[in-house]
Amino acid sequence: MQIYLPIAEVSINAFLLLGLGGIVGFLSGMFGVGGGFLITPLLLFIGVPPGVAVATGANQVVASSISGMLVQMKRKGVDFRLGMVLLVGGFAGSFVGVQVFAWMTALGQIDLFVQLSYVIFLGLIGGMMFVESLRSLLRNRRQGVALPVKRAHVHTWVHRLPLKMKFRVSGLYISVLPPMLIGTLVGFLSASMGVGGGFLLVPAMIYLLGMPTRVVVGTSLFQIIFTTGFTTILHAVNSQTVDMLLALLLIFGGVIGAQIGAQISVRLQAEQLRILLALLVLAVCFKIALDLLIQPSELFSITPLVLP
Amino acid sequence: MIRWLALVTALALSLTQPASAQESIVTGLSQNRVQITTNYDGSDILIYGAVKRDTPAPTGARLEVIVTVEGPSQPLVLRRKEKVGGIWINRSSVKIDSAPSFYAVTTTGPLAEILSNTEDLRYRISLQQVIRAVGISEEAVNAPDFVEALQRIRLDDNRYRMAIGRVQLLEETLFRADVDLPSNLSDGSYKVRLFILRGGKVIDHQDRFIAVRKAGIERDLYNLAHEQPFIYGLISLLMAAFAGWAASAGFRYLRS
Repeated sequence: MQIYLPIAEVSINAFLLLGLGGIVGFLSGMFGVGGGFLITPLLLFIGVPPGVAVATGANQVVASSISGMLVQMKRKGVDFRLGMVLLVGGFAGSFVGVQVFAWMTALGQIDLFVQLSYVIFLGLIGGMMFVESLRSLLRNRRQGVALPVKRAHVHTWVHRLPLKMKFRVSGLYISVLPPMLIGTLVGFLSASMGVGGGFLLVPAMIYLLGMPTRVVVGTSLFQIIFTTGFTTILHAVNSQTVDMLLALLLIFGGVIGAQIGAQISVRLQAEQLRILLALLVLAVCFKIALDLLIQPSELFSITPLVLP
Repeated sequence: MIRWLALVTALALSLTQPASAQESIVTGLSQNRVQITTNYDGSDILIYGAVKRDTPAPTGARLEVIVTVEGPSQPLVLRRKEKVGGIWINRSSVKIDSAPSFYAVTTTGPLAEILSNTEDLRYRISLQQVIRAVGISEEAVNAPDFVEALQRIRLDDNRYRMAIGRVQLLEETLFRADVDLPSNLSDGSYKVRLFILRGGKVIDHQDRFIAVRKAGIERDLYNLAHEQPFIYGLISLLMAAFAGWAASAGFRYLRS
């Protein structure tokens, strides 16, 4: 059943969109990531114009994240206080990110910027996660005991920064500066790459802030909801690229997929989950890197000229 | 001096008028309005017409027909990737003043045979003529390659069509052409031009218009997005929030 999308101005099979949303939602429910880093390339592949893919992808991320966060809230897995601090940084970063996105688009280098950012960050995070989870998996096999992730109960330089606050739900007493900075960076990247930023936020919270894993997924989703929501509104107002009909179809598939994914994730070991996510992230990273290195089949590209 | 010049110009112009209308065309369209609804999957437009003549058809050069359908034009930027530091990035670019979003040419025969260059220049019929790019040679090396790429990409994409020999002409009088408008249409006025020619020269031509508009919810969403973007954005978010909540509530209910 073909459906005409009013903002994208293309006609696509509705079931294809539902399926796409479902697959990405499933992955998001399973791993606690927004899924934006998958949905934007997939939308581009089926013929949605880039601006619309990024903006509408952000809209879908909000839905899956809300779906996921509600599940976490039931288990007291959201630290709202820390989340607010992350948010302050997140809004600032998001705002700058949208401007940079618009500037890069005008320069005609937005594709390159997004591709390089994906390769660098996905590569770094994917690589780190893969190494860490492989190590834990092997350790488990040898000792047969699940060891917790190394947390910063040892006081590092992070703990000597000023402006400390108590975060009861996470059991932390640290300066607000690192969360704010992390929030800003993630907000910036999410706005300029059209991703939720979860794949950055989750490792940063575990390894840099030393938060317990049970609070990380929920708090990360909390931050993603607001920064991605903010980005959606900014895209809608600045460049009118959010396609509500496309979003509706993706969201419908996505929230259902997220619930199924969350069910499956409960049955997997933490290390298995982490290594699977690491592999997924690395696979996407390699695909994008290959696209950059291999001569494209079509050297020329056409974009409408936007008058200043 | 001025009057002499004016006289010569008037004479010259009169000589270049189309041959006094012994033949003229009457034309029609199966539809002059296209509503893009939710299930829009393209439209088939039938363009037809007849040649009116007071005297029997002249012998000699055959009657030829050209029908063009042109969508709204926009200025474009064309970019070419080059290998820089090991990776392929967009390097040179060229601005096109105006290129149609859709262009279909349907003819009774190859353009090179039935249309002379001067007439092509005058009426801007062929693809090369309809893409306007004044002064692009200063912008990049091999600027013509860019225009050729634009044609090639859009021909592959089916946005530009050359349907050579697809006009059905009966007894040099009645003709018909079928044009499929694709599903990826944008709003605007689509110009249909019909030409009859003999010996490479245009004898008569007529213009008609097809109004393409989004309809129903498509139009409402599009207008809302452009006129009230903030509210539109909020609605999108609310929809997302509601869906997220509904899914988790629904699954909880199913599990219990």
